[in-house]
Amino acid sequence: MMSSSLNAFRVGISFVTMCIFYKSPVHSLQEVSPQKYFSTLQPGKASLAYFCQADSPSTSIFLEELNQAVRPLQDYGISVAKVNCIKEETSKYCGKGKDSMKAYLFRGNILLREFPTDTLFDVNAIVAHVLFALLFNEVKYVTTQEDLQNTENSLKGKADIVFSYVRAIGTQEHRAVMEAAFVYGTTYQFVLTTEIALLESIGSEDIEYAHLYFFHCKLVLDLTQQCRRTLMGKPLTTLNIHLFIKTMKAPLLTEVAEDPQQVSTVHLQLGLPLVFIVSQQATYEADRRTAEWVAWRLLGKAGVLLLLRDSLEVKIPQHANVVFKKAEKGVPVEYLVLHDIDLIISHVENNMHIEEIQEDEDDDMEDPDMDIQDDEVAETVYRDRKRQLPLELTVELTEDTFNATVMASDSIVLFYAGWQAVSMAFLQSYIDVAVKLKGISSMLLTRINCADWSDVCTKQNVTEFPVVKMYKKGKSPLSYAGMLGTEDLLNFIQLNRVSCPVNLTSIREAEEYLSGELYKDLISYSNVSVLGLFSPTMASAKEDFTEAGSYLQGYVLTGIYSEDDVLILSNKYAVTLPALLLARHKEQKIESMPLVGTSAQDMVQIITDALLEAFPEITVENLPSYLRLQKPLLILFSDGSINPQYNKAILTLVKQKYLDSLTPCWVNLKNTPVGRGILQAYFDSPPPLPVLVLVNLHSSGHVFAFPSDQTITEQNLILWLKKLEAGLENHITILPAQEWKPPLPAYDFLSMIDAAAPQHPARKVPECMKETDVQENDKEQHEDKLTIRKEPIETLRIKHWNRTGSFPLQRAISGDIFDVITRSATGIW
Amino acid sequence: MGVSAAAPLWGPPGLLLTIALHPALSMRLAKASVALHRDYCILGAGPAGLQMAYFLQLAGRDYAVFERTPGPGSFFLRYPRHRKLISINKRYTGKTNAEFNLRHDWNSLLSHDPRLLFRHYSRAYFPDAGDMVRYLRDFTHRLGLQVLYNTTIAHVTLDKDRQAWNGHYFVLTDQKGQAYRCSVLLVATGLSVPNQVDFPGSEHVEGYESVSVDPEDFVGQNVLILGRGNAAFETAENILGVTNFIHMLSRSRVRLSWATHYVGDLRAINNGLLDTYQLKSLDGLLESDLADLAILKDREGKFHITLKYFLEEDNTNQSADSISLPQDDNDNFAMRVAYDRVIRCLGWNFDFSIFNKSLRLNSGSAFGKKYPLVRASYESKGSRGLFILGTASHSVDYRKSAGGFIHGFRYTVRAVHRLLEYRHHGVAWPCTEHPITQLTSTIIRRVNEASGLYQMFGVLADIVLLKENATAFQYLQEFPMQMLAQLETLVGRTARHGLFVINMEYGRNFSGPDKDVFFYDRSVGHTEDAWQSNFLHPVIYYYRDLPTEQEVRFRPAHWPLPRPTAIHHIVEDFLTDWTAPVGHILPLRRFLENCLDTDLRSFYAESCFLFALTQQKLPPFCQQGYLRMQGLASTESLRQHGVESGLLRGYSAAGRHPEDSSQQPGERDPAGHPPAPEPPGQSLEGNKEEL
Repeated sequence: MMSSSLNAFRVGISFVTMCIFYKSPVHSLQEVSPQKYFSTLQPGKASLAYFCQADSPSTSIFLEELNQAVRPLQDYGISVAKVNCIKEETSKYCGKGKDSMKAYLFRGNILLREFPTDTLFDVNAIVAHVLFALLFNEVKYVTTQEDLQNTENSLKGKADIVFSYVRAIGTQEHRAVMEAAFVYGTTYQFVLTTEIALLESIGSEDIEYAHLYFFHCKLVLDLTQQCRRTLMGKPLTTLNIHLFIKTMKAPLLTEVAEDPQQVSTVHLQLGLPLVFIVSQQATYEADRRTAEWVAWRLLGKAGVLLLLRDSLEVKIPQHANVVFKKAEKGVPVEYLVLHDIDLIISHVENNMHIEEIQEDEDDDMEDPDMDIQDDEVAETVYRDRKRQLPLELTVELTEDTFNATVMASDSIVLFYAGWQAVSMAFLQSYIDVAVKLKGISSMLLTRINCADWSDVCTKQNVTEFPVVKMYKKGKSPLSYAGMLGTEDLLNFIQLNRVSCPVNLTSIREAEEYLSGELYKDLISYSNVSVLGLFSPTMASAKEDFTEAGSYLQGYVLTGIYSEDDVLILSNKYAVTLPALLLARHKEQKIESMPLVGTSAQDMVQIITDALLEAFPEITVENLPSYLRLQKPLLILFSDGSINPQYNKAILTLVKQKYLDSLTPCWVNLKNTPVGRGILQAYFDSPPPLPVLVLVNLHSSGHVFAFPSDQTITEQNLILWLKKLEAGLENHITILPAQEWKPPLPAYDFLSMIDAAAPQHPARKVPECMKETDVQENDKEQHEDKLTIRKEPIETLRIKHWNRTGSFPLQRAISGDIFDVITRSATGIW
Repeated sequence: MGVSAAAPLWGPPGLLLTIALHPALSMRLAKASVALHRDYCILGAGPAGLQMAYFLQLAGRDYAVFERTPGPGSFFLRYPRHRKLISINKRYTGKTNAEFNLRHDWNSLLSHDPRLLFRHYSRAYFPDAGDMVRYLRDFTHRLGLQVLYNTTIAHVTLDKDRQAWNGHYFVLTDQKGQAYRCSVLLVATGLSVPNQVDFPGSEHVEGYESVSVDPEDFVGQNVLILGRGNAAFETAENILGVTNFIHMLSRSRVRLSWATHYVGDLRAINNGLLDTYQLKSLDGLLESDLADLAILKDREGKFHITLKYFLEEDNTNQSADSISLPQDDNDNFAMRVAYDRVIRCLGWNFDFSIFNKSLRLNSGSAFGKKYPLVRASYESKGSRGLFILGTASHSVDYRKSAGGFIHGFRYTVRAVHRLLEYRHHGVAWPCTEHPITQLTSTIIRRVNEASGLYQMFGVLADIVLLKENATAFQYLQEFPMQMLAQLETLVGRTARHGLFVINMEYGRNFSGPDKDVFFYDRSVGHTEDAWQSNFLHPVIYYYRDLPTEQEVRFRPAHWPLPRPTAIHHIVEDFLTDWTAPVGHILPLRRFLENCLDTDLRSFYAESCFLFALTQQKLPPFCQQGYLRMQGLASTESLRQHGVESGLLRGYSAAGRHPEDSSQQPGERDPAGHPPAPEPPGQSLEGNKEEL
């Protein structure tokens, strides 16, 4: 009872909205008597009438199709009616038997054409035929080459031609052409043929399909000259033709002197890319000729502009002569060096596929790849699932044992979930740690599966996986924040054997600490030992340092010395108190720095920075800490250890501060084989090693290579860097700047549900529909065909923009593009 | 109200009397009788009232529970009459996950104390009602809940006051005339009034609440039971073996709970009579509207069924011998036999009698008059600050979910408490915040263990609120989903950047009283058919913008929520274990990725290293992990699998040409594997220019 009354209410709502939006004519086929029909004909208005016997069956295939044609024809100002002839009716249009029933097209009360019902075989045929009859003058039908030539000649210098070949009259492509002619017929001469021979004569190859050419005749002044022709590359649909003609209308070449990133033309709005030919004052004439040539070649595929470098305010790379801007929003422009027009063309064409509207209704749902795992962690963990891990080396905790265990001994707990791939991958490293620590560490390695003991994990504040925490007596649990790998976790556990900062109590102990004697077994886990020197009165500085030290607990060794005789140390290392001493054990070097007015946070920063090396070997593990510096990387790729000469050369430059704006580093391909993948990305063919490159990761993504014919010496390097700075070097590649989009589509269950439902659940349109809703509805109608059509956002935007531009709500629900174009539907007849 | 005045008055009633008689304290009494104040007043110390008391106590709120009997859970002292609870007490699930196990524990209330789980109170799968009384008593005492026993609230009125939280106070008056002034009133009185249908002869009918439960009293009798719920069948079950026959009469067809998935419909444990009916053992079911009937008592004290219509025709003589009976005209009338007993088991109604009209606490019209009308937030539509909890709140999900039963309303009570915490104490709805890379895992974890989502499917849903640019999200548990449009004002969190709603649902056309729920091919196995899943399964709704009230109210028929921007069904699972990497997690990840327009795959540190040096942008997993020095290292064995699967590139030692040693990015290997991790659309080489 409840539900039925609710439904009634809903029907009420939708009815109201229907009234609002469908106030323009009714869309069902009107049935009238002949008398009534002829009395309603308005002068100048076109009308299609199907005459039939009143007693004939009310449904037939033809009537169904006719019914469907009511809407589209009304959009062109053509009314449609079914006229029921009564037996004694004398009207000549009422034929004699069922077979002689015909449809008639009138303008006012003048008969224009009569159609046997079999020519109007479907809705496309109806619309195509009716428009064809009405647009008799605007669309010229030709059958011979001569006809075409005559038409072309007569229009040279006057108007352009839209020439199309369709396989048959009354087809969908014919309808598309007619609909285009309806809009553009007064601007361009439309010429139509169904003759294959004619198409062959103008040099088309793939005659299988419909073709549409734009003949640029208006510009032709010499009658002997042929009109230039541009072939539309896409299938003949109403939308494609519209887009094509729009680009034909756009100026061939535009001159601009502004930042290419900001430039927008009609091409971008139509989803086409822009090509800027960079020009200089000196070569302007030649550049312009080149640009025009390119523009003709790219007509309909991209917009071409001439960019005047001299009057440009923004800087563009020195050598770039072409700028390429994709239609997608937010994609940065590409600066290219292309010395051949063909390269420009091919660059555009190679990038075209993205913009293309996918007209063929490929069913994405059937793409088998969607069910194939493309997550490397998930897949590898799954493939490894049957391997037995030596789990017994770690203690498995439960709700009952958790508290007792972590209270009884110093423990590390791995919180993981058996179903979560990342934590299961890490479990392997964790077990490796257990293997390595077996018998040598008092730390108890434990784990708890949060899929089984959810409440325990929640109580420990663990809401994501994996998490590693260290529980030590009398201390609050310490979360591990390092890399999820064997080495780093091992270092963390080892360094946690001492509680940092270590309080050193004698000069001798401090010296032992600095020399590495004191924690001999630990210095291999921390390359640097940090010692804070404070006079006993510096309470707040000491406090800050203690805070910094405990923050870095487990990652670096820190100690503190603040006995009365601290001056001995500060004098020895020539630094004023408070101060920091950094002992680099590998290099057996002790650095010092003053610490005046530094907050704990800054101290952490200073210490972390101090861990960085001047010319490090970059590894998978340490790259992030160097990337933090946000400087371009100067990387030497070496197969094996580095040549001492190169090492020396670069270190010298570092010392001389030549490399301050860079992060110099090197990669040992033996230790870091993935470096080969990087080289593959930088070079077309693998260069001989070692190779030195400069990677500008953080700004432009440019990669430069040190010339392979030069040796890496201080001089050569300085020279090269200077040339780089001056913009005199060409980059070898630009690193792609794409966003990481979904690798594959998802199942579109919403469409599947819609397709299965007798009615769209969303059909209840709210009364005050916003523009965006209009658009969405619009899209939905497209999806009626149970297929998922992907249209680029640009196209949708055009539809939307057109709609709001000219034809506000009259046809807001329709999916047709032409409903929005300014030419009034009723005006021309 | 001073503490000094309050202290003696909260003591035992006897003390109150002595104080009142003392003339010197008359001033004090006058003051006291104005009203005692409590921020929260709970009516009824049943499961729902105690559950709310627990949350208020935990939050340190000022509250009191009013209970008219001397102990908690008094309903269970008498009901169910035959003492067997039909809420299951499943003590073994094969799992240790406490949250998961609550999915199969229908009797426990929520608390932090693991001893207060019902499995410690009964070993029976269908426990005895006495165990429930014992359990509720322990629950109250162990947790130290503040309950005023022997306090019958006789009258509730409204006292307008601008200072009050809700613009008025609720004034409760007990049997002794003591008034209590409450800022918020939480009514958990259950359904306590037996439903009676008025028809001629209804005075001859015995009620479920008082009928004998001793089978001996029914030996050799013809029994007619009015009603078709669990009480009716429970009554029949008890006497099935000793009666001549039992006829059951009600308006509607029998609804079997295993067909409707509604635990309030007839449970299989009670359906013995269906068995004997269909196996030709004289018992039977009949359908007719009780309001059309009349019962006549004949000279021998037997009862005859006739139609009210006949009575009205001839209202002079009311004796069975003279009134026409249906069988007079229609000699095969089904109920032509005389009955020894007629028993009424027609359910219960909410007791509206104590509430003053000014509270505008009305009965809902939709489902009869059984329940008071409330919003989806369980707040009365008539007065702000009045909430209905427990069984009486079932109008929200009547015949749909479990909100009328302990295993459901323990969660809706918690939801109400969370709403109150924000409304009156500024404590925003609890949530956890995570980086976006944790989104898939967080959802998978919840759908696999959360009990509130599972029990209160279609009513309570988890909410994911996205942060700007979708780099992080907040996760809110068990929000009343019909209040979605008001989410921001109710929970104190913003939903400006899109949200996900995680709900559990049965297949749309699966459940129903006359559906064959055992049809062949009823289960769905393929991920692409997940939306046709029939058994309870997780459904995730994505909204780019928070739906409006209008959209929620006028949502499409049979949709629990307005049409989303996108929807995902995780395919039903026989084990309700949605952790299969390819069957469950992968499609969910693809859905989330496409909603957020990003790549949510996880990568080993080595891959992130490669991306970091060959791409200007990194996938979220590398950004939020590797770049923060928390990359995931691979092990030798994992790397090998990665190379075999084509997802990782192998780099052999020097000497070999790089081209041979690895698969080119963007290319598919012959086995049709997806490309090696690359941002879609372009391979590394794609961007290279000619010099």
